[in-house]
Amino acid sequence: MAEYEVIGSRPVPYGAVEKLTGQAVFGADVRLPQMIHGRVLRSPHAHARIHRIDTTAAEALPGVRAVATAADFTAGNGWENMLAGSKALYVGHPIAAVAADDTWIAEEALGLIRVDYEPLPPVLDMRAALQPGAPLLHPDLEAGNVASHFEMVKGDPDRALREAAVMVEREFRTTMVHQGYIEPHASLAAWSPDGSLTIWTCTQGAFPVRSEVARLLGLPESRVRVVPTAIGGGFGGKTVSYLDAVAAILARKAALPVKMVMSRAEVLQATGPTPGTIIRIKAAAGPDGRLQAVIAELYYEAGAFPSSIAGSGAEVLLGGYDVPHARIEGYDVVVNKPHTASYRAPGACPAAFAMEQVADELAGRLRMDPIEFRLLNAAREGTVRVNGSSAPVMGTVEVLHRAREHPHYRAPLGGPNRGRGVACGYWGNWGAQSSCTIQVNSDGTVSLLTGSVDLSGSLTSIAMQAAEMLGVPIDRVQASVGDTGSIGFTEVTAGSRTTFASGLAAVEAARDVIAQLRARAAELWRAPLEQVTFERGVLSYPAGGRKMTFTELAGLLLETGGPVTGRGNVDGDRYGVGPGYGAHIADVEVDPETGRVRVLRYTAVQDVGRAIHPGNVEGQIQGGVVQGIGWALYEGYQYGPDGAMLNPTLLDYKLPTALDAPPIEPVIVEVPCPTHPFGVRGAGEVPIVPAPAAVANAIYHATGVRMEQLPMSPAYILERMGII
Amino acid sequence: MVEKTRVRATVNGREVEFLCEPRQSLLECLRDILHLTGTKEGCNDGNCGACSVLLNGRLVNSCLVLGVEIDGQAVTTVEGLAGPEGLHPLQQAFLDQGGLQCGYCTPGMLLAAKALLDRNPHPSEAEIRAWMAGNLCRCTGYERIVRAIQKAKGRMEVPDGRV
Repeated sequence: MAEYEVIGSRPVPYGAVEKLTGQAVFGADVRLPQMIHGRVLRSPHAHARIHRIDTTAAEALPGVRAVATAADFTAGNGWENMLAGSKALYVGHPIAAVAADDTWIAEEALGLIRVDYEPLPPVLDMRAALQPGAPLLHPDLEAGNVASHFEMVKGDPDRALREAAVMVEREFRTTMVHQGYIEPHASLAAWSPDGSLTIWTCTQGAFPVRSEVARLLGLPESRVRVVPTAIGGGFGGKTVSYLDAVAAILARKAALPVKMVMSRAEVLQATGPTPGTIIRIKAAAGPDGRLQAVIAELYYEAGAFPSSIAGSGAEVLLGGYDVPHARIEGYDVVVNKPHTASYRAPGACPAAFAMEQVADELAGRLRMDPIEFRLLNAAREGTVRVNGSSAPVMGTVEVLHRAREHPHYRAPLGGPNRGRGVACGYWGNWGAQSSCTIQVNSDGTVSLLTGSVDLSGSLTSIAMQAAEMLGVPIDRVQASVGDTGSIGFTEVTAGSRTTFASGLAAVEAARDVIAQLRARAAELWRAPLEQVTFERGVLSYPAGGRKMTFTELAGLLLETGGPVTGRGNVDGDRYGVGPGYGAHIADVEVDPETGRVRVLRYTAVQDVGRAIHPGNVEGQIQGGVVQGIGWALYEGYQYGPDGAMLNPTLLDYKLPTALDAPPIEPVIVEVPCPTHPFGVRGAGEVPIVPAPAAVANAIYHATGVRMEQLPMSPAYILERMGII
Repeated sequence: MVEKTRVRATVNGREVEFLCEPRQSLLECLRDILHLTGTKEGCNDGNCGACSVLLNGRLVNSCLVLGVEIDGQAVTTVEGLAGPEGLHPLQQAFLDQGGLQCGYCTPGMLLAAKALLDRNPHPSEAEIRAWMAGNLCRCTGYERIVRAIQKAKGRMEVPDGRV
């Protein structure tokens, strides 16, 4: 008998047919009777003091129902990213919002709002932001434009670096990029006459939206219901609430439901792209190839407000390595650009872009195979990391072996101007809080409710874990995503936490169901509870010769004491997460005349702990790699000297197309995470992490020049090759 | 108030009649007037393909067509693909191959793929990738979409070789 009945199979994901037939209801698809439409006035200045906002003419326009400014947030709105207060801090910063009978009237009204700006010099570049005398975004920050700084030290890295045989030192720069979800943000807010508020929104997590809206509007959380709609991609960018509280304020003032939908330009200019970075790194190894020391300085753009993801980059930089001496410093720098947010493995790609190129260079200098170099220096269970913690069980060695043995690694390159690159990526994964309920229906089917928004199949992988526990086929489980009024607190779908932590909640709910069913059977059979067993969907009392299937007992529940609902509420971090690790092999061809790079072949090996739904895991790997290739070669925010984004369309901000994406072979490795009953680690973040570095290393092996910036545009490559 | 224009058209095989402002795009008319919200807006400037529909069998970005332009014309949207006998072969192939994740680009992908197979029943992988380059997907990395279209091309054929 196979180890599992459901886990490891590939059922059709919940909601897929609705999405294929146009029936799925996404953020902008929700409509209510009497609904009106909200639009946002945005700052044309990257940095300006706001002296006065005059909305009189806008309010007088026929069809306008409400106008809102930051003053309508009676208790403020935090950093004032939803609506600006005394200062505009980036082009696109919301200044005011209008609700009107249609979007045309709302747009017209925006043009009637008079804002008295005093433009200030903008700070667009981190180097400029760090100079003495640089204009300050937030004069109350103690260290100028440095919002925070941290340092982690292990051993004596300076001495180890001096004494090492081989040392590499480089500085890498990456440019701000966007998550690029195809669905723009949308929110619809409606008040009931009793003063309670309902919000339909395309978010990665309904509960954090509820907490924030309740806090900003001074409402008890119980009076705010957030209904997560189907979501057209998020990748971290929809963990932040932009429109919800503004729509709620407009709806309250207008006494009508208000829908707000962003344009693509608004998404690019004014949501949360992921930071541009500067990373200085020194790495040294002994003649035997053992890493001796790594010293890194990470500068991450926070954007207009403090809190970047430099800390996350620092955790990842050496996650896959065992280094005796290291120091990682991080700087979180504010600049006049949108407030940055998470993007798939937040902070990790730039860190891996730096470390994995330096590792490749060290291996080259030592005449070592790059995979052998990483095997020799791989972090394993018990490795003490730079932050002082001890690494749990992880699949570094298994992944590296699989990559080394893969036919791709030895295949001929098959032409001139071609190169093969290897890079590895680490992500610690995340636990956090999740809730799940399972109702047993009288026909033996079950209805599962999770608080986790289903970004791309996690609902199915959660339900499969419940089905496995209950011993029922997956088609007897109907799973859906609850709103904040129907299920317990659940954190955002992000950080590769969902199949792990919301899976644990489903496992706990299933255990609760099983415990209740055993008690019911014991009562029916007048058997001692401890002698009633539950195994693969069958209850038995061997001493009494009794046996009953899950379905049979389900049919008796209502007459024998009432319905059964199982409940699981967990904090995944208390169980302990298992980190993920991947090794990528990329083949590229560089056109020496144009500098254009074509990715010819790509293999991504990854330890996911356990692939609950292997098809979904493969899809995560392929999608993550192509995002990484986009970051490597095409994507990047371009700003003019005035701080206006030069490429706020999908024509000029180039996402990879079907023509740009190579065939990607995902290779799943399963080194089970010991804290999860099925061994789940998580899958979604890791595949993007090494991709830009793998492409960069391949370009090096094709051209002989190292890539020190992202994106690696044709012009940059030709410049590095000394051709232009 | 802008004076509205009366438009009569065939949408998914059904005669429809509606009033729209001359400035309203076909995308807005489909979504906001006819309530066919299966067609998605991703950029509203013709660069993402999420709003792809067929206009008299030809692939268009509905955000770049005015609603008044479809007067007397025939439009096919994602809602018109499945029939009483079940999913369209392309929908089935996307389902079988895992050619979707979040599903937001999917309606546009399906219509673009249908337009391709209607004119070229036997596209090579390179032809599929080139044709589909007007439709952005951020979840799948495209491979499973390409594979789904390759599988569907067989299924859409009738025994005599015509689609």
